[in-house]
Amino acid sequence: MIHSLFLINSSGDIFLEKHWKSVVSRSVCDYFFEAQERATEAENVPPVIPTPHHYLLSVYRHKIFFVAVIQTEVPPLFVIEFLHRVVDTFQDYFGVCSELVIKDNVVVVYEVLEEMLDNGFPLATESNILKELIKPPTILRTVVNTITGSTNVGDQLPTGQLSVVPWRRTGVKYTNNEAYFDVIEEIDAIIDKSGSTITAEIQGVIDACVKLTGMPDLTLSFMNPRLLDDVSFHPCVRFKRWESERILSFIPPDGNFRLLSYHVSAQNLVAIPVYVKHNISFRDSSSLGRFEITVGPKQTMGKTIEGVIVTSQMPKGVLNMSLTPSQGTHTFDPVTKLLSWDVGKINPQKLPSLKGTMSLQAGASKPDENPTINLQFKIQQLAISGLKVNRLDMYGEKYKPFKGIKYMTKAGKFQVRT
Amino acid sequence: MIPLSQNLPSPFFLPLFSAWSSAFGVLPAHKPVPLQDSSLVSWVPGWPGGGPGPTWASARILGRHPKPLARPHRPGFTLTHSFPGEIFELKAELNSDKKEKKKEAVKKVIASMTVGKDVSALFPDVVNCMQTDNLELKKLVYLYLMNYAKSQPDMAIMAVNTFVKDCEDPNPLIRALAVRTMGCIRVDKITEYLCEPLRKCLKDEDPYVRKTAAVCVAKLHDINAQLVEDQGFLDTLKDLISDSNPMVVANAVAALSEIAESHPSSNLLDLNPQSINKLLTALNECTEWGQIFILDCLASYMPKDDREAQSICERVTPRLSHANSAVVLSAVKVLMKFMEMLSKDLDYYGTLLKKLAPPLVTLLSAEPELQYVALRNINLIVQKRPEILKHEMKVFFVKYNDPIYVKLEKLDIMIRLASQANIAQVLAELKEYATEVDVDFVRKAVRAIGRCAIKVEQSAERCVSTLLDLIQTKVNYVVQEAIVVIKDIFRKYPNKYESVIATLCENLDSLDEPEARAAMIWIVGEYAERIDNADELLESFLEGFHDESTQVQLQLLTAIVKLFLKKPTETQELVQQVLSLATQDSDNPDLRDRGYIYWRLLSTDPVAAKEVVLAEKPLISEETDLIEPTLLDELICYIGTLASVYHKPPSAFVEGSRGVVHKSLPPRTGSSESAESPEAAPTGAPPGEQPAVIPAQGDLLGDLLNLDLGPPVTGPPLTAAPVQMGAVDLLGGGLDSLMGDEAEGMGGTNFAAPPAGTMPANLGAPIGGGLGDLFDLTSGVGSLSGSYVAPKAVWLPAMKAKGLEISGTFTRQVGSISMDLLLTNKALQVMSDFAIQFNRNSFGLAPAAPLQVHAPLSPNQTVEISLPLNTVGSVMKMDPLNNLQVAVKNNIDVFYFSTLYPLHILFVEDGKMERQMFLATWKDIPNENEAQFQIKDCPLNAEAVSSKLQASNIFTIAKRNVEGQDMLYQSLKLTNSIWVLAELRVQPGNPNLTLSLKCRAPEVSQHVYQAYETILKN
Repeated sequence: MIHSLFLINSSGDIFLEKHWKSVVSRSVCDYFFEAQERATEAENVPPVIPTPHHYLLSVYRHKIFFVAVIQTEVPPLFVIEFLHRVVDTFQDYFGVCSELVIKDNVVVVYEVLEEMLDNGFPLATESNILKELIKPPTILRTVVNTITGSTNVGDQLPTGQLSVVPWRRTGVKYTNNEAYFDVIEEIDAIIDKSGSTITAEIQGVIDACVKLTGMPDLTLSFMNPRLLDDVSFHPCVRFKRWESERILSFIPPDGNFRLLSYHVSAQNLVAIPVYVKHNISFRDSSSLGRFEITVGPKQTMGKTIEGVIVTSQMPKGVLNMSLTPSQGTHTFDPVTKLLSWDVGKINPQKLPSLKGTMSLQAGASKPDENPTINLQFKIQQLAISGLKVNRLDMYGEKYKPFKGIKYMTKAGKFQVRT
Repeated sequence: MIPLSQNLPSPFFLPLFSAWSSAFGVLPAHKPVPLQDSSLVSWVPGWPGGGPGPTWASARILGRHPKPLARPHRPGFTLTHSFPGEIFELKAELNSDKKEKKKEAVKKVIASMTVGKDVSALFPDVVNCMQTDNLELKKLVYLYLMNYAKSQPDMAIMAVNTFVKDCEDPNPLIRALAVRTMGCIRVDKITEYLCEPLRKCLKDEDPYVRKTAAVCVAKLHDINAQLVEDQGFLDTLKDLISDSNPMVVANAVAALSEIAESHPSSNLLDLNPQSINKLLTALNECTEWGQIFILDCLASYMPKDDREAQSICERVTPRLSHANSAVVLSAVKVLMKFMEMLSKDLDYYGTLLKKLAPPLVTLLSAEPELQYVALRNINLIVQKRPEILKHEMKVFFVKYNDPIYVKLEKLDIMIRLASQANIAQVLAELKEYATEVDVDFVRKAVRAIGRCAIKVEQSAERCVSTLLDLIQTKVNYVVQEAIVVIKDIFRKYPNKYESVIATLCENLDSLDEPEARAAMIWIVGEYAERIDNADELLESFLEGFHDESTQVQLQLLTAIVKLFLKKPTETQELVQQVLSLATQDSDNPDLRDRGYIYWRLLSTDPVAAKEVVLAEKPLISEETDLIEPTLLDELICYIGTLASVYHKPPSAFVEGSRGVVHKSLPPRTGSSESAESPEAAPTGAPPGEQPAVIPAQGDLLGDLLNLDLGPPVTGPPLTAAPVQMGAVDLLGGGLDSLMGDEAEGMGGTNFAAPPAGTMPANLGAPIGGGLGDLFDLTSGVGSLSGSYVAPKAVWLPAMKAKGLEISGTFTRQVGSISMDLLLTNKALQVMSDFAIQFNRNSFGLAPAAPLQVHAPLSPNQTVEISLPLNTVGSVMKMDPLNNLQVAVKNNIDVFYFSTLYPLHILFVEDGKMERQMFLATWKDIPNENEAQFQIKDCPLNAEAVSSKLQASNIFTIAKRNVEGQDMLYQSLKLTNSIWVLAELRVQPGNPNLTLSLKCRAPEVSQHVYQAYETILKN
């Protein structure tokens, strides 16, 4: 099982270590540093690194490497999933997960890590339970602790661990009972030069924020459940019921959680809400190149596209760019060669465009590679797959909760080749 | 100043322990504090200043090292020793009668501990406080204990009582806490005393306690494995698998799996249908982590029939929709494994295949690290069952900002999925990738185009034109990769795309990588007749011959010889030049040997040389980069583990001391019982090609090259090399296969080692003992005890041989065959000048050394000689098969006799077949080739039989008990690589054994049976 955990910042300092069994010397991280040096960028460090006596499995999040050390054959996905859980927990506790915050809250961090694993076996990884055992730090609590000398350690017993619904704490009470669901879809797509779709798929999630008293039993049904043929559920969802009736039936955890994630595959037709017209050309003879991009709406079901940001990694040969946007602001970093254009909203009547010239190294041949355009955007109140929630019912409790549902479509990894 | 420890209202204080120990994790080495083993933490400082939490320790650390050391391995800090006065004061307070005062004192002690003061002197006083009802106080003492127990093991025993008591507390959480803490005290002396409380907790009425206790067994096992076994905790843990609470089941499985890892042989997870049922029930209710443990455990179960396999699959399938990707992949493993047992005609089989695709695709939308592991596993799944993902090609298309390790894996899978239906798309993508920035990725993309061409014949033309487009880009590394793959395309589709050679030649000068240069040279040599200036091109390479890498040198040598054979008139000078460069000026033995071979070949018989060097080469296929099927099957059993990430069986990288049990896929079974033994396996397969028992002349070389499979030559150094006689044949008949092999691995392969026979004869025959020894090394893995040796029999009576009597027998020991002879002179005159020769025989037996009788044999004298034999002699089928005709010469006359050798001397040491191979081969051999024999009056049990046979290199691969009879499945291999598979039925109480033999060469069966009988009855 998981032996130890090292947190390493991007400059290669081990700023935290935790051992669940015997102590593993931190020199084991040297193998990691070697791999890090070999990989040009932090993202490219391989996630599994063998050493003579251990295996190092790492994830890179928030500019921190979380490196787990294992000694025996342990499923690597188990370790990586756990590491992600650690990151999520830190984020949940401290709002952000950064080196500074971890160092500032080092005591809570250790407390949490100690509770998450026992001898390397997962013990309590549900944030509901962890928060019962160890209270997240708040400004007020910090002040109180300093004055009274008390700690963040809860005086509760981890009662949830004994129950059949380990994800929900007992004795929840709210004056306002509310349940919110956000349907968020991300489009991953690759569009080729001519504008036709090479591959497009939708990664959807339903995130919930449920603040309901007692032990509510919820059912959520969809207008078109057939869309969901590839789903992953939170453990609270009763799978049998879904199989037979296509209804989500569950006792929710308290607070924020991801109810389900789904995937609408490339085989279904995925509507692409934007198009990009581009004309990027280099000429062999001249040291100037032409650059022109126009962004426009395509299949948006009448909704506005906002938060549009266009980024593109320009070839190394490009020295500088002189561009004029019709709206928004743009930057070009001549060192990293990254072009970024913050477009904002797309007005269908007046399509935003960015035009100008690129200056190339004089005398150099034209670049081999074509830049790829990366697109970000948001569309409120639309689930691009067409998924719609039908109704939400609550059983087991008497009060009437306030219910809300929100839809949003975003660009995931949306790339346009030129 | 020390806010943490001043006032601790919490009854649950354990979590803080870690924070404290962090302060101790950085203690100096000379301090006798319990460091090494307890659960410790430490950090390197670097934050700006004292927040409320970390002040106590960080301040100290910061004080010492204002800046973090460059990766300090174990930062050391000195301790401030407590003032004697302070200790004295605390001691008094700890022993106070007042509870409140006691508690305050313990807090102060802990506070001192956290700032790094040595308060170990207070050990007895603190432990005295342990027996309290106050939970908070108890937790503090636990904390103290865990830190100092290692340094004061004798005193720590005092704490045992309290642990025992706490394990009986009415509050289950306190019982659990006690047992959890207990396991963290890694003191041998204490652990012994903790067995009783642990035993109780394992049977506790509360599941939370049992669950915690299960993990504690694993902890204890880590400290003292013997103790855990002696105390029978393993059995208790096994019982917990049938616990009513799913969490307990999951933890028990997890603990057992971890323990089993260090004891691969102990059958810890002994599963039966009942326990499987329990596991499946628990699977639905336990945590995600528990599900992973249970699924991994299920995967090691072998269902008894397809119905059971299907019902397990049905119950595991819902796990595919879990949000945790590790659960999903573990479920995929179980399904992939058990699917093997399901009949393909079943509706359910198709349903299952369909269900597997979406979760695998979903894994690819996760974080890159998860994607990587998923992709490595999908790579295996795609090879095993391509149908699952055949429509999902697009999800493997590369996004430009994927990490490089994800990109390369995706590319590999794209090739594996490439088919006629999607090749256009794939090629368009690959071409796109070939213009990316990342050099490694671009190279792999270009190579992938070549692999597509080889895999999908219809696409070859398009691939070639794509490659030509890429060559036009003139990007150096793209051009080089393209040339390397085009060479492979030529090998796959000869005489189809040679028109592009001109374009390739244009780029000759820009090639600077050995592989590309070698590929180009190969192309020039292979198509020399179509390239007008081939000689010029090759000559230009020759100038810097000694600066080239070996790969290029070898290729250049071969290419020029080819050129010479094609255009002998103009290139004589060139070929002489290269031959002398290779043989005289080079230090590389591979190059020299190849040079010599060509030289002799050309000078002996140019026609033969042409046949050899310009022989038609076997076509290459895309199978070359697939994982070998048996390994693949094994890896499928390890989906989701490190083995699947490395694509190596665990035995290849798990640390030495821990052996690993090989896993294999279950055989496909029908519902019928009979399907369980291989003989009932489907026999519809067309009769395979049956190689003759007697290797053809041409195979001789094959045997030579495979010498390490056969008995090595040992014994006295050879003087008359039997190699010589083979030399002509060798070059005539055998070398084209040699060249074929060589050409197949073209672009890089060297001769592994110069085979004995290819040594030019004019070098003399220095291949004697040394070489024999060399081969011996490679094969000396056989069992040390030799096989059965028959008593000597008289082969040549004295009256037939003018007074010379020869009796003898054959032995096989440690991989070498010898003929043990007893020569007796019954004549009246002295005998001398002995020599021996064998006629050609079925297995090529020949003396490996001359018959050496050192002194003349005087009348009535007997001499014992052991004559080493090898199996590289000439081959001719004899009747009976094991007939050996021998000629012995002495100063009087030449005598002839013939004898029959027992076949078991030819059973080689590496005759153990892989289980999977065995099954496949058994099915593959047509039923007509099966022969059945009775071995009468052999009252041995199965064990005795198999160990007896093993000594003679008949290996038992599997044993199965069918209706009270033991079925042994055995394999053996003859020196000429003929495999014989056997099924031996042993019935208790019946002295008769039934032997069924299957072999592609059924002629040997009779003799194998005789060998069996001889071995078993002696």
